[in-house]
Amino acid sequence: MKERLAASYWLHESHYTALSSPTVTERRRAAMERFEAEGFPTVRHEDWKYTPLKKILKEDYALSSPFSAQDDAEPIEFKDIKRYLVNDIDCYRVVFINGRYSAWLSETTHQGFDVCTLGSAWKKYKDQVEPHFGRLTETLGATVQLNTALAWDGLYVRVPDHVTLDKPIQALYFTTGDQPMFTQTRSLILLGEGAKAEIIERHQSLTSSASWTNAVDEVFMGAQSHLHWVKLQHDEASAALTQHSVIEQKRDSHATVHTISTDGKFLRNNLDFKLTEPGAESRMFGLSLADGQQLVDHHTRVDHLAPHCTSRENYKGIFDGQSNGVFNGQIHVHVDAQKTLAFQENDNLILSEKASIDTKPQLEIFADDVKCSHGCTVGQLDEDALFYLRARGIQRKEAQALLMLAFAHDAVADIQHPSLQAKLHRLIGNKLGVDMSAVV
Amino acid sequence: MRGKLCPVSEQDQILNEVTSSEYKYGFYTDVESDKVPPGLNEDVIRMISAKKNEPEWMTEWRLDAFKIWQGMAEPEWANVHYKKPDFQAISYYSAPKKKQINGLDEVDPELLKTFEKLGISLDEQKRLTGVAMDVVVDSVSVATTFKKTLAEKGIIFCSMSEAIQEYPELIKKYLGTVVPKTDNFYAALNSAVFTDGSFCYIPKGVRCPMELSTYFRINESGTGQFERTLVVADESSYVSYLEGCTAPQRDENQLHAAVVELVAMDDAEIKYSTVQNWFPGDAEGKGGVFNFVTKRGICERGAKISWTQVETGSAVTWKYPSCILKGDNSVGEFYSVAVTNNYQQADTGTKMIHLGKNTKSTIVSKGISAGHSHNSYRGLVRMGPRAINARNFSQCDSLLMGDRCGAHTFPYIEVKHPSARMEHEATTSKIGEDQIFYCQQRGLDMEAAIALIVNGYCKDVLNQLPMEFAVEAQKLLAISLEGSVG
Repeated sequence: MKERLAASYWLHESHYTALSSPTVTERRRAAMERFEAEGFPTVRHEDWKYTPLKKILKEDYALSSPFSAQDDAEPIEFKDIKRYLVNDIDCYRVVFINGRYSAWLSETTHQGFDVCTLGSAWKKYKDQVEPHFGRLTETLGATVQLNTALAWDGLYVRVPDHVTLDKPIQALYFTTGDQPMFTQTRSLILLGEGAKAEIIERHQSLTSSASWTNAVDEVFMGAQSHLHWVKLQHDEASAALTQHSVIEQKRDSHATVHTISTDGKFLRNNLDFKLTEPGAESRMFGLSLADGQQLVDHHTRVDHLAPHCTSRENYKGIFDGQSNGVFNGQIHVHVDAQKTLAFQENDNLILSEKASIDTKPQLEIFADDVKCSHGCTVGQLDEDALFYLRARGIQRKEAQALLMLAFAHDAVADIQHPSLQAKLHRLIGNKLGVDMSAVV
Repeated sequence: MRGKLCPVSEQDQILNEVTSSEYKYGFYTDVESDKVPPGLNEDVIRMISAKKNEPEWMTEWRLDAFKIWQGMAEPEWANVHYKKPDFQAISYYSAPKKKQINGLDEVDPELLKTFEKLGISLDEQKRLTGVAMDVVVDSVSVATTFKKTLAEKGIIFCSMSEAIQEYPELIKKYLGTVVPKTDNFYAALNSAVFTDGSFCYIPKGVRCPMELSTYFRINESGTGQFERTLVVADESSYVSYLEGCTAPQRDENQLHAAVVELVAMDDAEIKYSTVQNWFPGDAEGKGGVFNFVTKRGICERGAKISWTQVETGSAVTWKYPSCILKGDNSVGEFYSVAVTNNYQQADTGTKMIHLGKNTKSTIVSKGISAGHSHNSYRGLVRMGPRAINARNFSQCDSLLMGDRCGAHTFPYIEVKHPSARMEHEATTSKIGEDQIFYCQQRGLDMEAAIALIVNGYCKDVLNQLPMEFAVEAQKLLAISLEGSVG
């Protein structure tokens, strides 16, 4: 697999670097060389200790590339994707199919701000893209390097200073076809000073054959900017996703990221925040509902590089069947990042004998005037609470679901749109096999 | 703020004592040593074994360990940075020359003076404290006391070399069962070259009437210290074991790679307490002891092992006292205070491996870092697929003093059973200015206030120590943190 990917890069390098300047070409090359040297990480690698990537490496993937012929055999129509959209919120929509932008299904804009694709931004806004592309990802792991070398399209958003987006952006990445598909997607989000944006993102496979999306996102947030990002991960049981998002925050900016993972065979999320100027605040929430053979992995890392920054983190997990849950939360408080406030919480419920949880909250602190804490629990539903509900005539299953919903509440409470909230509640209900409208 | 805190007058006294002190125990005793040339190969191991008059099986055991060690690499994963010791530049055996002694009169007067300076005069220990001492100076036991009192109860407490001669069956049965030769780089090295240590066996149903205690002391420039301790508590017995260490001041780094094995049979209880105060290096981070220790205990049904440690010394510490909770209803505990100052580095913590049903473990770890030091907690709580109703509570707090030190936490948690319950919490902060203000307002100076607050912060752990140790530990805390506030 590694050799094939490397070969396809070196053979077609000119396609990947057609639009880039020598600097970026060099960056892609260096990334490919690093990937070749390191190869895919194994469980001997500390960051992948509990997440065996070899589970998904054995498929014979086709690589989606800029020069492969458009797959017209089965065109995707709006009706095929309608049910995966958040329909009742008016949104900008950027749709990709097997990594290729679908103009037909999308609704982009350049009026006052840019919501389009990275591919077209390379042509149109080269001076914007060039200095940012790959800047935050240079030192990251092999899967990210692979993406830096091979990625050619993804979401591009640029919001100028003091502009607020009039409606949220929906980014949808679909995979289709009978053949196992390996897709690299790359997004770049640039928020100016005081800019505000909201993104709802979803990766979805439309087929039952295996797929693997390796996504990398770079986000640059100017002073006092706001970003709200919701990642929905309810994919097919054959789909795998590895995603690494890096967010750099300037003075007094606020970023909130929700990651809701309910379905998909293999989910690996890396979420990195770099707080480079005072007053920046990061909040991340995660909810994992796993069963069957699922593996849900959340790796987060917050680098407090400047004083007076705040980070809050709350991840909840419910694991049933033979699922595996992995959590690793790193907080690095660098020298002189005084008055840092960092809080991290990871709570887990195990429901079955075969499910397992490996969690590792991690603090690394180099400044003294800080308040950092983490809490982590693994346990079961409270029998007394269950008894209380059952004594009031609620069936066991519903009572359990109700308690789990309450357990999960913290992780979804901050999502702004009531309709999205309701959708999530329905999803959680479906997952637990209970009609939530009957209970709540 | 009550309990075992020292009264203010005593704190003044401590501070007076420490204001001038560099490293109080940093003196060097000139005792002629019987020493093998530096280097490590099969011949050296045979020579050590021969000098100690060991049986053939023991020599083979060592050589086997040496073969395993040769195939291993030094561990790199710990969060510590140091110049790796040159294993061929260490002398692996050094023993004070006089070996045959029948009483204190025959002990080298230089050595006796050393003990006096350390405040552990054997006579006094014998008469006043009722603590039996197995004093280890440079790897060979020189004096053992109270043996007869213990012998009446059937308790064996002797040096490891003596145990190999006298109780080969017990040693064969238990040595290397908890920490196998293959366990890690330093455990393998220790298995190959260990020179002495302590052995303790408590028979069925016996409650050991006194605290068993060993004072380790590294002496003789350029010799590594490879101690091997084995404590076996038979069914329903109880023992409390104390270990305390001081080392002379030295410029070059000294390597210490000890192995401690505890076996707690059904319903037995072992309490193992350590105060570690080896030379931490000077204020510029020069010199100091490398402390790479493997400590592990195994609990059978209903047994309990409790580790308590106060770590204030050593330039580099790499130490994870662990419990394997194999039997149903067994209990593991870990209480730790680790203090680092100047350029010290400590990577310490515990492993609690829950295998049996209804097993319980508690972890309380308090780290204090000052100066340019780095203090890491690294722990593992694993609840296996058969650990029904396993329960764990972990708390690791870090206190930072000064803006150039670091505190790190690496807790690994692996849970494989739905009925397991585990909680982990960690905090990092500095001493509250309002707390210091409160103390100062009541007439305490800055250092006394800090000593008071730090002692309060460590109270949960210090309370676990036996009385004699608790007092010493409080003084050590104050000494270790001296000069870190300003």
